[in-house]
Amino acid sequence: MKPRHKRIVFAVIAVVAIGIAAKLIIASIDKGSSYFYSPMKVLAGEAPKDQVFRIGGLVKVGSMQRIGKTLTVEFIITDDQSAEITTHYTGILPDLFKEGQGVVAKGRLRDDGIFNAEEVLAKHDEKYLAPEVKDALEEAHNEATNKKEKSQ
Amino acid sequence: MSINWFKYSSPTTFYPLAGKMIPFFGWLTALLTIGGLYWGFFETPDTLSDQKEYYRIIYIHVGAAWMSMWLYIMMAAWALAGLVFQTRLSYMIASAIAPTGAIATFLALWTGAFWGKTSWGTWWDWDPRMTSELILLFLYMGYMALQSAIDDPRRADRAAALLALVGLVCVPIIFWSINCPNPNECAALHQTSKPGGGNMDPNILIAMLVVALAFWMYSFVAVLMRVRNIILERERHTTWVNEMLEDKQ
Repeated sequence: MKPRHKRIVFAVIAVVAIGIAAKLIIASIDKGSSYFYSPMKVLAGEAPKDQVFRIGGLVKVGSMQRIGKTLTVEFIITDDQSAEITTHYTGILPDLFKEGQGVVAKGRLRDDGIFNAEEVLAKHDEKYLAPEVKDALEEAHNEATNKKEKSQ
Repeated sequence: MSINWFKYSSPTTFYPLAGKMIPFFGWLTALLTIGGLYWGFFETPDTLSDQKEYYRIIYIHVGAAWMSMWLYIMMAAWALAGLVFQTRLSYMIASAIAPTGAIATFLALWTGAFWGKTSWGTWWDWDPRMTSELILLFLYMGYMALQSAIDDPRRADRAAALLALVGLVCVPIIFWSINCPNPNECAALHQTSKPGGGNMDPNILIAMLVVALAFWMYSFVAVLMRVRNIILERERHTTWVNEMLEDKQ
């Protein structure tokens, strides 16, 4: 083999090795270290105790209320599978915080099962549409599903 | 007829070619920037279904983030070409890409911080997407630092090229950090980032793509200019550089 061919073989091996390494790292990120825990996992006791962690989910519609005359708010973080975590937070909520919206809350779980959040972040989706367009799309979607149900 | 594939792989022939290409890419950059930003500011909705005016950061943020990853791939590719073919110019192009890539990465993180503060409620969080993008910035800086730390340019090129190659592992991780096949497994603060699919107002999409293209054209300008400087600096003792400089005087 000429030296140049040797170097080409080296280059191919290097690129393949990098690809395998990336694949392995991505696989371990998917399974192992979670950025946040879902309410379901927290109820199952998978979240660390006596330690700060994050819960990710949706703010349950109609669950938000102020506790007495304090700055503390109470709301429920839920997921699709009806697991619910009651959360307390004292402070200013982000602009996008709304019932039905995604949130990531960082804090500790109290012994009585209430999550004491130190920080509440709002998530937003990848939809970049004007409000009227989004409403129209949702209406069209609802009509289509209604028609389907009727025809069945 | 045989084509000489390596005609422009020597600094002597590439230097004037790069000089001719710079104005072309420069004009494209100016036109696309003005057009894209005009479209983004005046032909798009003022508020979205959830976000307000600040969503317009997307025009700079996405273009910068795409370039930060694409330039790293290009830098590693030229570094690899240098290691395989041992052409000086390949190394020069790789090291010319690094500062532009680092700037794009910084811009993505910086505009992301502003966007994050207004929408999510925080400047920074150790979310997988943000963390892996920060590592990319450190890789660019490490590449530049390593190259300038070794005095012999040939050894510096080879060492930095290896670092660039190993760091390539970061790019797919940045991409997959939020676009993983099963969205339920991607626990991140950052929203997914697949453009199109009816999730984006067509005018927003057009403006975003045009500005991203402008970033690309700008990268050509910046990299070609920097390559020319590197060529002059490294070849300053050769006769062709001295003859050219004498002609100009």
